[in-house]
Amino acid sequence: MAKVVAVTGNEACANALRQVNPDVCGIYPITPQTDMMQRFASYIADGKVDTESILVESEHSSMSACIGAAAAGGRVVTATSSQGLALMWEMLHIASGDRLPIIMPVVNRALSAPLNIHGDHSDAMGARDTGWIQLWSENGQEAYDNTIQAFRIGEHMEIRLPVMVCLDGFIISHSIERMEYLEDQEVRDFVGPFKNFLPLLDLDKPKSYGPLILTDLYHEYKRAQHEVMTKVKDVVLDVAKDFEKLSGRKYGIFETYRLEDADIAIVILNSAAGTTKDVIDEFRDKGIKAGLLKPRLFRPFPFEEVAEALKHVKAVCVMDRADSFGGYGPLFMEVASALYPLERKPLLLNKVYGLGGRDYLPSHAAQVLTELHDISRSGKVNVLKEYIGVRE
Amino acid sequence: MKPKGWKDLPPGSVVLEGGSAAKFKTGSWRAFRPIWKDENCIQCLFCWIYCPDMAVKVKDGKRGDFDYDYCKGCGICALECPGKKGQKAIVMTEEGK
Amino acid sequence: MATTLTLKELSKKEDRFTHGHRMCSGCGAPIVVKIALMATDYPVVISNATGCLEVSSCISEFTAWNVPWIHTAFENAAATLSGVETMYRSLKKQGKMDREVKFIAFGGDGGTYDIGFQSLSGAMERGHDMIYICYDNGAYMNTGIQRSSATPLGADTTTCPAGSVIPGKLRSRKNLTKIMAAHNIPYVAQASPSHWQDFAKKVQKAHEIKGPKFINVIAPCNRGWRSKTNDAILLSRLAVNTCYWPLYEIENGTTKITVTPKQKLPIVDFLKPQGRFKHLFSPENEGLLTQVQDEIDREWEKLLKEAKTD
Repeated sequence: MAKVVAVTGNEACANALRQVNPDVCGIYPITPQTDMMQRFASYIADGKVDTESILVESEHSSMSACIGAAAAGGRVVTATSSQGLALMWEMLHIASGDRLPIIMPVVNRALSAPLNIHGDHSDAMGARDTGWIQLWSENGQEAYDNTIQAFRIGEHMEIRLPVMVCLDGFIISHSIERMEYLEDQEVRDFVGPFKNFLPLLDLDKPKSYGPLILTDLYHEYKRAQHEVMTKVKDVVLDVAKDFEKLSGRKYGIFETYRLEDADIAIVILNSAAGTTKDVIDEFRDKGIKAGLLKPRLFRPFPFEEVAEALKHVKAVCVMDRADSFGGYGPLFMEVASALYPLERKPLLLNKVYGLGGRDYLPSHAAQVLTELHDISRSGKVNVLKEYIGVRE
Repeated sequence: MKPKGWKDLPPGSVVLEGGSAAKFKTGSWRAFRPIWKDENCIQCLFCWIYCPDMAVKVKDGKRGDFDYDYCKGCGICALECPGKKGQKAIVMTEEGK
Repeated sequence: MATTLTLKELSKKEDRFTHGHRMCSGCGAPIVVKIALMATDYPVVISNATGCLEVSSCISEFTAWNVPWIHTAFENAAATLSGVETMYRSLKKQGKMDREVKFIAFGGDGGTYDIGFQSLSGAMERGHDMIYICYDNGAYMNTGIQRSSATPLGADTTTCPAGSVIPGKLRSRKNLTKIMAAHNIPYVAQASPSHWQDFAKKVQKAHEIKGPKFINVIAPCNRGWRSKTNDAILLSRLAVNTCYWPLYEIENGTTKITVTPKQKLPIVDFLKPQGRFKHLFSPENEGLLTQVQDEIDREWEKLLKEAKTD
């Protein structure tokens, strides 16, 4: 029986982790994630989980310890944000290269400099090439659901990869919303017991983790890693199907909203999607066929499916809450690549919005949709990449 | 041996066989060859403990010959060898001479 | 599970660190590793910082480790092992593991004194049940002899070369052993492969103490020290006998010198055979040479006092 609660995104993720009851957890504070691991620490202190925590002295050590723990053979979690994720960067590659299914909520926050504690996607986007699976979440409910599903995805015997569950700092991590919790037992049954794979603590079969591999085999190892990523999408969908049976909530590799017959569309991640949907409704009421695509699985990126979903649209704006300075926004680059093979492609726009927690307002969505509407009729794009909601 | 393709690799580059380096012979690195002279050996086993390459064979606590498959010819054993009555039990000779 | 520390008995044991590794001829590090691993019969799990030992002992499909071993990166052998050890405790608590396992991290001085210092300090403060063994060869040898904070005063390295104006390293070594003792962990020691039994005893003792332990071991590098391939043991013995590398332990705050040189030799005995100190013997560097000796004398006196007052 689902339980209806009013909780923050951080609280929801902490609760998901409690319900999963992992073996080891790396804990280190960083705004806006702090509160999630703090809550988890109190579950440990109150004996509500069997987890052993490692109260590390940095995020680099947190990920290092998580890698050691996961290689040893067990279920491992941690969580971070922003600079913390940046500090982990080196180790993120090692977690995925060693094929260790560590689960990590990432409470998205801007990167320094200047120092800023508020939400944007610079942190997780900066980690998009680290070999981790990335699931993105619009709200607390999705963050909770994604966290639970992440275990099944990452620990799948064909996959064995670490997973980041992304949720927007403060907007989601600290806002209270109504959501549904599953029963503890339901979650435990859904996730299942941890299945070991080449555990280091198998003392009778001594293994060496982390060899030096030079020109003879490195290229092959990376090819094998690429191959695993190609299998992730189907696993994500299978797990989502099971999760729907349990929760009644349906997940795909992305969500579409009024996109089927749309002439214009916005592609946008996480919490801003909610605001955008409202404005799309307003435009629909005015007779403008607007729609939305919200990626859930960003790594691996579902190129073909995204192209299929957008191919009929006349003009698409990809909205990035991060910038790849000197390039287009990271989400834009993926969507543009996805659309490239199409013979008839939508016209494309890239807008950078909401950096460092700058509010994303309905008026911003309206501005973009109006521009898209004009473009869809004129066939002309004036400025391809542009910041919005910025003072001149 | 045919080099492995990407489909043949263990996930995560984990080396599954402990001590497999024994298949890699390092004896060809040697420029100087230690020669063991049993008659001068007092069985102190210093050569064995100080050998960086585990290239001194010892069986049932008794020193045997060098394992030339692995000996890199550093000469630590010869230098540390106390010998008997001023006579070293290990002497270094140039390889190929 | 005490192992009898006689060479005859030890030689009957299976090698936990095997031949076929690719450390340089005459390297001190593998001697350190073999002694550390043979000192106990407990199952051990090893974490290894990036460095000479790591890159030479596990290459492609060839591993010299006959015990579970993990390398992740350069600066985090302690953090990585703290994760392994924590998982072990978790599994043990849950009844999924019953054997008594010991944990050892190996790192060079670069990976321990410098880049891995924070990770080491953190792991020791957290109290993980492990021994961290630093094999100290006094520079970043794996990348080609660059200065570290363990490089001795006056040494010539590729990043503090003895030039016509600057005579090598102008700073003294960081006393990491003392810094680890300041963590108030139950056991800290300094050891040398030349004194294999003293070293093995320290490892054995450390394994029997719950919590974090640190052992700093001198490990000659003939490439970096510009010495002969056969002198790793000779030089580490001279390091002890000149009191450059005193052998001592600090157990629960009590300092004990475990090997006192019969006769304290002048530091030049240790420096002379090493090309990295060659320039110290030019007349213009006489002052620096004196400074090196003075510093060793001062530190030794200090240690003697600490050992006495304890």
